[in-house]
Amino acid sequence: MSTSAATQASDLAAAIAKGERAALAEALNLLDDRRTAARQQSAALLAHLQSEYSNTCSHLIGITGPPGVGKSTLGAALIAVWRQRGLRVGILAVDPSSPFSGGALLGDRVRMQTNGEDDGVFVRSLSSRGQFGGLSAEVWPMCIVMLAGFDIVLIETVGVGQREVDVSRLCDTTCYVAQPGSGDSVQFLKAGILEVPHVLVVNKKDMGAVAQRTLSELGNALNSEHPDGQWQVPVLATSAMNGNGIEALADVMAHHHQSLQERKQLARRRRSYQAYWIHKRLEEEFGGFGIDKLGGEKALLEQLQSQNMDLFKQYDSLRQQCCNGEIDKHESDND
Amino acid sequence: MQRDRPWLMRTYSGHSSAKASNELYRTNLSRGQTGLSVAFDLPTQTGYDSDHPLARGEVGKVGVPISHIGDMEALFDQIPLGEMNTSMTINATAPWLLALYVAVAERQGVDPGQLQGTTQNDVLKEYLSRGTYIFPPEPSVRLTTDLIAYTVKNIPQWNPTNICSYHLQEAGATPTQELAYALSTATAILDAVQASGQIPADRFQQVVGRISFFVNAGIRFVEETCKLRAFSRMWDEVARNRYGVEDPKQRRFRYGVQVNSLGLTESQPENNVQRIVLEMLAVTLSKNARARAIQLPAWNEALGLPRPWDQQWALRMQQVLALETDLLEYGDLLDGSPVVEAKVLELIAGAQQEMENVAAHGGMVACIDNGYVKRELVQSHTRRMRNIESGDLKIVGVNCYQETATSPLTGGEESGIMKVDELAEREQIAALQAFRATRQQGAVDDALELLRAAANDGSNIMPSSIQCARAGVTTGEWSEVLRGVFGEYRAPTGVDFVASDRSESKALEQVRERVRTTSDELGRPLRLLIGKPGLDGHSNGAEQIAVKGRDSGFEIVYEGIRLTPSQIARAAQEEGVHLIGLSVLSGSHLELVEDIRNELEAIGCKDIPLVIGGIIPQDDARQLLDRGLKAVFTPKDVDMNIIMNTMVTIIRQVNGLEPLA
Ligand code: B12
Ligand SMILES: Nc1nc2c(ncn2[C@@H]2O[C@H](COP(=O)(O)OP(=O)(O)OP(=O)(O)O)[C@@H](O)[C@H]2O)c(=O)[nH]1
Ligand SMILES: [Mg+2]
Repeated sequence: MSTSAATQASDLAAAIAKGERAALAEALNLLDDRRTAARQQSAALLAHLQSEYSNTCSHLIGITGPPGVGKSTLGAALIAVWRQRGLRVGILAVDPSSPFSGGALLGDRVRMQTNGEDDGVFVRSLSSRGQFGGLSAEVWPMCIVMLAGFDIVLIETVGVGQREVDVSRLCDTTCYVAQPGSGDSVQFLKAGILEVPHVLVVNKKDMGAVAQRTLSELGNALNSEHPDGQWQVPVLATSAMNGNGIEALADVMAHHHQSLQERKQLARRRRSYQAYWIHKRLEEEFGGFGIDKLGGEKALLEQLQSQNMDLFKQYDSLRQQCCNGEIDKHESDND
Repeated sequence: MQRDRPWLMRTYSGHSSAKASNELYRTNLSRGQTGLSVAFDLPTQTGYDSDHPLARGEVGKVGVPISHIGDMEALFDQIPLGEMNTSMTINATAPWLLALYVAVAERQGVDPGQLQGTTQNDVLKEYLSRGTYIFPPEPSVRLTTDLIAYTVKNIPQWNPTNICSYHLQEAGATPTQELAYALSTATAILDAVQASGQIPADRFQQVVGRISFFVNAGIRFVEETCKLRAFSRMWDEVARNRYGVEDPKQRRFRYGVQVNSLGLTESQPENNVQRIVLEMLAVTLSKNARARAIQLPAWNEALGLPRPWDQQWALRMQQVLALETDLLEYGDLLDGSPVVEAKVLELIAGAQQEMENVAAHGGMVACIDNGYVKRELVQSHTRRMRNIESGDLKIVGVNCYQETATSPLTGGEESGIMKVDELAEREQIAALQAFRATRQQGAVDDALELLRAAANDGSNIMPSSIQCARAGVTTGEWSEVLRGVFGEYRAPTGVDFVASDRSESKALEQVRERVRTTSDELGRPLRLLIGKPGLDGHSNGAEQIAVKGRDSGFEIVYEGIRLTPSQIARAAQEEGVHLIGLSVLSGSHLELVEDIRNELEAIGCKDIPLVIGGIIPQDDARQLLDRGLKAVFTPKDVDMNIIMNTMVTIIRQVNGLEPLA
């Protein structure tokens, strides 16, 4: 890499850390860009920000749940509370893309609109491209950038089914939002299909009795200790529309973050997101075969977590290994 | 020979200032027009004073600005309100404008109890089509019911609400959708009046009797006639079965009409005359379902605002039909026709089905926020646009018979449209500021306190609003108090429906290919921001471009109507879009484009290319292109594949890519 590219990257990283919106926008565009030159610049940028992703002061939150349950409205209500508390908020909102054209309507931000004056909120939308359940592969690299410039980074997944759990592997605190009266969430939770979130919310509390019932059913279905250990999963009711219960939700999220910090788990967790992301990308590209080649999933994840390397460097070197392997294989076939 | 009395003939008008509009009204009345139909400007409709930053460029443009009682008094100068039948197209701020009307009547020495006229006061369709809502649906419905309850008791000849299906058709509704959504709205409002407890049970039938409708009639005039017969029957049934109204007179489907304008074209605009006349037939032919009042658009509807002569021509169409033809000499021409009867029954069945769908989605009020009805409308309009593109829906002069001799109509110096006086805005603002300086602040503050108290404690909003009107409160002040109590609202856009164009149309495939190639070359998916700046509520074009863009492979950012230039510029930056497409039909394009460019420059995004679509007169289009806009689209650009291709080409050019074959 040329030195000028390196200074460029360091300037950009510095501007992002200062909260400059134009720099952040530029970085996000860069991370979205799949051309080779852009990939190299991205790698350089991430290398500068790598220390930031273990910036454990900032809080990475994922919000997920079925379509139309109120994730975006809840996000908007949370933004208002966080802004009142003086926190700067970055949002990555993922919307589904059309299977026919590949195009997408990025609609989440409609509900999260701000007055156009507030520099402390920044919303970037993404379409759910590729195999990342309810997310998009760009989410993690973009999180690294956003964590450098914001106190809170909020990811909204597309309205997902129950099996798409990627978000819980990529954030500090997962919040699952359930729909009043839909028994599904309860069933899935009981059957262990639904990954246990750190915070469970029944939104649309204003619907009354039916919300109340779902709230208590979920409470009962939940084995309230989170598998991560040492965390009792709170079950809350909110009305995103009326701004009801939002302060309490913000409080429990902050509490979870604090608890991770106190237990000194945050830095380790963040490394695991990176490991998961790399593994997922490799799996997407090379399938189970490629992963086996690298020693199998378990070993690979362990190896990845023990290193503290730049994202793309780590990824590219493993990719190289896989590719070389492929070539070797072909050559041996020819023999 | 016994002739029926003709319907009320109206011309929807108002512009520049109260004084100028007053002159226009008096001229129209002297020309034989038999009622007034007031158009307010967008700031007045959305609750802003003329000097509010959001009003910039909009004051007096598409209607008359009314900021206080002085303006209202000037508007009706020398027009005796006791004898006038005045229709006001006003919704979110309807209680306020009625309050001003009452206060002016008092000043003219007229007993407000004698007033006759209509406030449109149908806020639900504002969220779905017309766009001049302010508050969330629930408090808006409360204001609607307050006005109804007040007039039923105090101004008994007033039509307190005019349930509109007109605007739904203009947003793409089919005849069954028009029937279903209008009737669902009417029952939602009546149910709310009932639930408010403001009307004693024995007077409720009277409320039902006061409900009137504002309907559309499109070019398929046979079906449209049948739709009106279906409306009459369905309303009769609702009034009887749901509300137990016994007097058949109170169950009459009373309606006014504006005929379809969405189908009026920019290309060969003279053809619009035939269209308007045929559409007028639809609402007059059947005596048993004849309109009470009619207003017609002008031949140059798609070009811009009509001039007095254009409006006169539209009025003369009605007069010829009513006075020269023998239409009014006969009883109902269609009774007993099996063909008509079958069509009516088909429409009723379809409408009932759709009313059940609305009910299943929680009823009309809930359907605003959950987006069900808006999505259905956008989908219907998408179908219509596709049929025009494919040629399945023929529009003469647009997708067939496009060749034309030079038109003498559109030549001329004013290019065939009304130009609003540039000075009007400045004069209005100066007058408003002078008015504020002369009033008694104490009385104003007291009146606003009364208003706030009523808004909070749930008592009827009208008495305190009338008090505000007398005290010299302004439109912006009245609205600001209610914004404080009720909050503001942003309605669903309706473009987020699933599955779209699977059709393997060649043209679309080509567009997709170009989008894909360009995305690959630029390293990421093409992103387009569609922005609706200012107070303009015309969303059809933006919605259809959004849907088509998604179907073409673009990633689309579209946040709905009424955004500030700064919101648009920031969204473009946050989302990293390749192109910004603005849609402006209100006439304020020059001011708004300038503001947006300044905002973009201020945040370091001046390199993002801009295009615009909407009602843009040719002179202005040239100016915009000179100022660096990359393209200007107008209603004659009906083939959206071409629009998409143009946008791809622009993106390629500004990014230095080679032209595609
Ligand atoms: C339908 C309509 C309405 C509907 C709007 C429904 C809706 N949700 O959109 C209703 C009935 C609600 C309405 C109301 C009013 N209307 Co109106 N309306 C029209 C009408 C008849 C058609 C517009 C339309 O939807 N066309 C169909 C769409 C698909 O076409 P389009 O928007 O032109 O878009 C095409 C191109 O322009 C281009 N394009 C447009 N935007 C964009 C954006 C991008 C990015 C791109 C690439 C391309 C592009 O591509 C599209 C594809 O072909 C026009 C007259 C006419 N025939 O054009 C008057 C018209 C626009 N209305 C007018 C007025 C005055 C009003 C009112 C203000 C009246 C009043 N005083 O109350 C109200 C208030 C509305 C408000 N809140 O702002 C005037 C505007 C006058 C002016 N500019 O000088 C017009 C021109 C009529 C007239 N001659 O008086 N209206
Ligand atoms: N009654 C009620 N409705 C709500 C509440 N929160 C959200 N809604 C409504 O639920 C609908 C969906 O809200 P969104 O915030 O768009 O839901 P979402 O989960 O982000 O939807 P997707 O992103 O499409 O999956 C909208 O009509 C909201 O107004 C609430 O607290 N109460
Ligand atoms: Mg959402």
